Amino acid sequence: METIDKTDKMDRVFQRPEALTKATTHYCPGCGHGVAHRLIAEVLDELGIREQTVGVAPVGCSVLMYNYMNIDMLEAAHGRAPAVATGFKRARPDLTVFCYQGDGDLAAIGMGETIAAAARGEKICVIFVNNATYGMTGGQMAPTTLVGQKTSTSAQGRMSERCGFPIKVAEMLSVLDGPQYIARVSVSSAKYIARAKQAIKKAFEVQQLDLGYSLVEVLSPCPTDWHMTPQQAVNWLEENMLPYYPLGEFKVQGV
Amino acid sequence: MSEEKKKERRARIAIDEHFCKGCGLCVDACPQHIIEISSQVTSSGYYPAACPDPQSKCTGCTLCARVCPDVAIEVFVKQKTNHGERE
Repeated sequence: METIDKTDKMDRVFQRPEALTKATTHYCPGCGHGVAHRLIAEVLDELGIREQTVGVAPVGCSVLMYNYMNIDMLEAAHGRAPAVATGFKRARPDLTVFCYQGDGDLAAIGMGETIAAAARGEKICVIFVNNATYGMTGGQMAPTTLVGQKTSTSAQGRMSERCGFPIKVAEMLSVLDGPQYIARVSVSSAKYIARAKQAIKKAFEVQQLDLGYSLVEVLSPCPTDWHMTPQQAVNWLEENMLPYYPLGEFKVQGV
Repeated sequence: MSEEKKKERRARIAIDEHFCKGCGLCVDACPQHIIEISSQVTSSGYYPAACPDPQSKCTGCTLCARVCPDVAIEVFVKQKTNHGERE
């Protein structure tokens, strides 16, 4: 099948980052988690802190993240990743500690821990993957589900009079004094992915400078639970999620 | 440049079928439209992406690799000489 002559003298300009293992992920085709994992791995490689980093995995689709990242990782109880990361960072302030959480983990069951850790200004990074649904359990309505969005528990679309409105986590946390860097990015196209990597890098730099809490919200497609093809999912994200969840940096201090 | 002359290959990509799940995001991302979904199924049951590129159109822009959720794509670009020109 491969007809290309491989004897050409060519430089490898893009390859798998060292901070990712060789494992194939269990994610569905077109899932945004893979891109988010890769961006974190590239940032860790570029900053040269792969051996000095500890990640805290969530409960959700990315619960098996420790199989895919070539770094030390802990597994936290559902929603408690910021609390576990707080303890780890306070015990070992020399290490870089980050949480990787989905919207069901961070914005639903773990909202208390999230707000408390942000308000305390814990020196941790939080990567928050928002796909507007509960992915692992089969696409139920999440706190971040858009008004009108159909899920398995909102078959007529989310009704704001009964279920309220989606939580804008990045805006909400940016009014606190503890966080030093809050941004929202998307992994729906190459342009947004490049900006997402810059934001994730800044978040880790905030921690390296010992400034305080940083959070990057990553808008991510979920083709399976949105019942779309991967191409339709990235288009749906850009047409429906970007107007409600505007991209950008909401709080920047020190970097 | 005349069309008859075979263009020298500037860059190529290698798609690892072990990782590829055939989501097709690279097909949409490629500005040269040279990536396609293969008709041969892999051992994991997916139809992977393929880039035969018979006309050597690949420029090595890496956009396909950057949108790939499974990090299945490696990109190779021809080495440059000291004068900044491709060999």
